[in-house]
Amino acid sequence: MLAKIFIKPKKGILDPQGKAVFGALSRLGFSQIGDVRIGKYIEIRLNVNDKSSAHADVQKMCDTLLVNKLIEDFTFEIVEG
Amino acid sequence: MPGPKAGVIVFPGTNCDSDTYHAIKQVMGIDVDYIWYEKKTLKQYQLIVVPGGFSYGDYLRAGALARFSPVMDALRAYSENNGLVLGICNGFQILLEASMLPGSMQKNKTLKFICRDVHVRVERNNMPFTMLYKKGDVLRIPIAHAEGNYYAPEQTLKTLEGNDQVVFRYVDEKGRVSEDANPNGSVYGIAGLCNAGGNILAMMPHPERASDKLLGSEDGRKLFLSIKKALK
Repeated sequence: MLAKIFIKPKKGILDPQGKAVFGALSRLGFSQIGDVRIGKYIEIRLNVNDKSSAHADVQKMCDTLLVNKLIEDFTFEIVEG
Repeated sequence: MPGPKAGVIVFPGTNCDSDTYHAIKQVMGIDVDYIWYEKKTLKQYQLIVVPGGFSYGDYLRAGALARFSPVMDALRAYSENNGLVLGICNGFQILLEASMLPGSMQKNKTLKFICRDVHVRVERNNMPFTMLYKKGDVLRIPIAHAEGNYYAPEQTLKTLEGNDQVVFRYVDEKGRVSEDANPNGSVYGIAGLCNAGGNILAMMPHPERASDKLLGSEDGRKLFLSIKKALK
């Protein structure tokens, strides 16, 4: 199983990286963009066959270490392979 | 009776341990040990410093991996027993990740690593770490960090201010709070925080780098001397 974890700054939290990239894209003429948020992407390979136990494991990993829930939101998906 | 003893925690990637050790030894004149991050008890110490550096390479988030080191359980037990804990720079980040203080650090508003002198104002002196300063004293102390932009939700900030837990605040050289005087975007210009009990202090500026005239400033000296006085 492969876990794909997406972490991004929480709504309302200042994201200076996103802001800088927003500025750069705007200067390049991409006038259609409304906002840019920059986060992290983590892939974890799991040696388990059961999707629901993988789900519980990854949730626990996010809760204890991978995500600082004060400033970050996250989603993840578990895929076969 | 033997005098008080201090410990400086060393994680893989800590790099301000020697400076901090030196400041404790020379300025405070007390016994001090380096404490490897695998140590499981801190009972014999009266002061523990979590120094600056890049513990675990700052991977994932600054302080996030150090938090799970064996010494951190010992540090929690030691602090709950009212032991004095001083976290400096990466030490601040580690104490936040360990939830020993509320809030979180974000990247500096400039997105840059900043290494220069800043001014901070002493907001309270009725505690072991600052008792020799006067409230309102303006200190010139260097900062050296990329993630010192302190954030906490509004409710937490209200509690911190209400409990007088903000110990140092970024100001200009005349002691005035302003956006320009705030180097990293920290909310309310917070540069140093303590817990409600006042036995844990964490700060982004490096007092050990301002503890001798040779270093360009000795404004941080009184912090070490305050602790010394408190330990007597």
